[in-house]
Amino acid sequence: MAADGLTYTIVDTANMSTAEIYGKVLCDLAEKHNDIVGLSADLAKSTKIGQFAAKFPNRFFNAGIAEQNMFGMAAGLAKSGLTPFVSTFAVFASLRAAEQVRTDICYPNLNVKIIATHAGTSFGQAGTTHHCTEDLAVMRSFANMVVIAPADGIETANAVIAAYEHKGPVYIRINRGFDPFLYEKTDYGFQIGKAVQLRDGTDITIIACGAAAYNAYHAAGILEKEDGLSVRVLNMHTIKPIDEEAIMKAVMETRRIVTFEDHNIYGGLGSAVAEVIVKSGKACAFESVGIPDEFAIIGLPEDLQNYYGFDQNKIIEKVRQIMGKDFEQTEDWEDEV
Amino acid sequence: MPLSNEELQKFKEKACQIRKDTIDTVYWAGGGHVGGSLSFTEIMVILYYKYLRIDPKNPQWPDRDRVVVSKGHAGVGYAPILADKGYFPKELLKEYNHTGSILGMHLDGNKVPGVDASTGSLGHGLPISVGLALGARLQNKSWLTYCIMGDGECDEGSVWEAAMAAAHYKVTNLITIVDRNRMMIDGPTEEVMRLEPFADKWKAFGWIVKEVDGHDFNALADAIEYAQKEDKAPVVIIAHTIKGKCVDFMEDKYEWHYGGLDSEKVELAKACIDKHYCEM
Repeated sequence: MAADGLTYTIVDTANMSTAEIYGKVLCDLAEKHNDIVGLSADLAKSTKIGQFAAKFPNRFFNAGIAEQNMFGMAAGLAKSGLTPFVSTFAVFASLRAAEQVRTDICYPNLNVKIIATHAGTSFGQAGTTHHCTEDLAVMRSFANMVVIAPADGIETANAVIAAYEHKGPVYIRINRGFDPFLYEKTDYGFQIGKAVQLRDGTDITIIACGAAAYNAYHAAGILEKEDGLSVRVLNMHTIKPIDEEAIMKAVMETRRIVTFEDHNIYGGLGSAVAEVIVKSGKACAFESVGIPDEFAIIGLPEDLQNYYGFDQNKIIEKVRQIMGKDFEQTEDWEDEV
Repeated sequence: MPLSNEELQKFKEKACQIRKDTIDTVYWAGGGHVGGSLSFTEIMVILYYKYLRIDPKNPQWPDRDRVVVSKGHAGVGYAPILADKGYFPKELLKEYNHTGSILGMHLDGNKVPGVDASTGSLGHGLPISVGLALGARLQNKSWLTYCIMGDGECDEGSVWEAAMAAAHYKVTNLITIVDRNRMMIDGPTEEVMRLEPFADKWKAFGWIVKEVDGHDFNALADAIEYAQKEDKAPVVIIAHTIKGKCVDFMEDKYEWHYGGLDSEKVELAKACIDKHYCEM
């Protein structure tokens, strides 16, 4: 249960988009905590922070279409002792106003919570100007920043509550629209920096975040049933600080790791996991799947998940492909252990 | 209220001393943004020695006025004032820019007592100040936010984003002063990127503009007291100043935006400053 006492179940959140769940949770938090203020840059409606604005009009500031000023204002509000929640599209939060986030918010370690929506390719039809496949890399490189990519609406509720309770800046990237529910209720022990093991397994570990986590979980079930594979699945909702312990456990116990994310393959979840594996010096077959180093095509988010290899079918294919490789037969495999 | 002769004398002496401390600091630091540090001396002196509600013994006092020196490069002009006020020992100025020192080219809010925001990246100060002022208002706090800007930084779009927001939200517990020394790194502001009609721009954004001689304590005092009382719209004080003020070989020369001084130039600069104040 969240320390704040707020809990949610699939019943509370049925028929709600992930952002709507965020809006609801923020309103509930704000009922209890007067220090919460909200900001948006003419995207209150789209990001659903508008729910907070409607309920607490005096505590909400629309900055207009001016993200640099919005994040500067958020820094000032935080310096005055308040806790700003700032919502805009991920591409604007992480790129348009990146320097303000870095210098004005992260450097003084201010209590600003950025809930960025329409992340990854979840706004697929909007095109490259509105996709955001770089935010994890950018935000991960800002010291003091916590970076979270929740798997679904229920996890978003947990992440938003945890972000409030965490002292310092937090970046949460959520998808546009509806995410299929991975969880039915919020009491599964969400903790910033702690991966959730969705399934145990010994042959291979899938590490995923965001939309890919749900797909990975269900892919693993099919792989077990059809291929007899024992697939561990980690929902790595926190990209920073990354759960090194869970990664190393996977290295030692499954020896094969594959990551899936809705982000450029450079700098996001895959890179964060690879950094941990490489510095350990322990051998492990590793692959990372995401948007290759290109700007994503236009399309429905479901189609893009398939195109970029992190829908259920493509995850199954990738795991089969990795399992078909003969890592253990290479001569010095044993020496590496 | 006009300043008493006694006050005026005190401020002039203080400005003379701070300018000489700035010259020393540039020398110790091996270089510094001296031009813009000498142009805003009167602005900073009257704020720090007359108007600011601060307690240097308690830099984090929750009810203190907030000061955001948005022209963060003017560290060599700002640090001597903070030292003189007792935020840190004056001896530290000798370590300015040294490895491991708390004092770098741009004063750092995480490291230097009395500094409310790490500035230097231009165009950041006004947005932060608008947020501070809104935060004070929301929490019914009476402390004021003072934002001291450079004119060149008004090229930044974020300044005008914040100007729009301050007017929109009627942020009147904020006092903004622009050091209009008309010079930037690459040349005069009007040649690099024209700012005029500067006052009209602020007016068009919904601000009340007070234009003053930024080296005239009485004019600055009048404008600051006006801004403190005004509650209908945000006020910007455009303080017309001279870059490198009081040092003959620097005055009005954009080349002295940043520079180093050898001991000979230090003596020459200090002699200029003394001469200037003797003549006054």
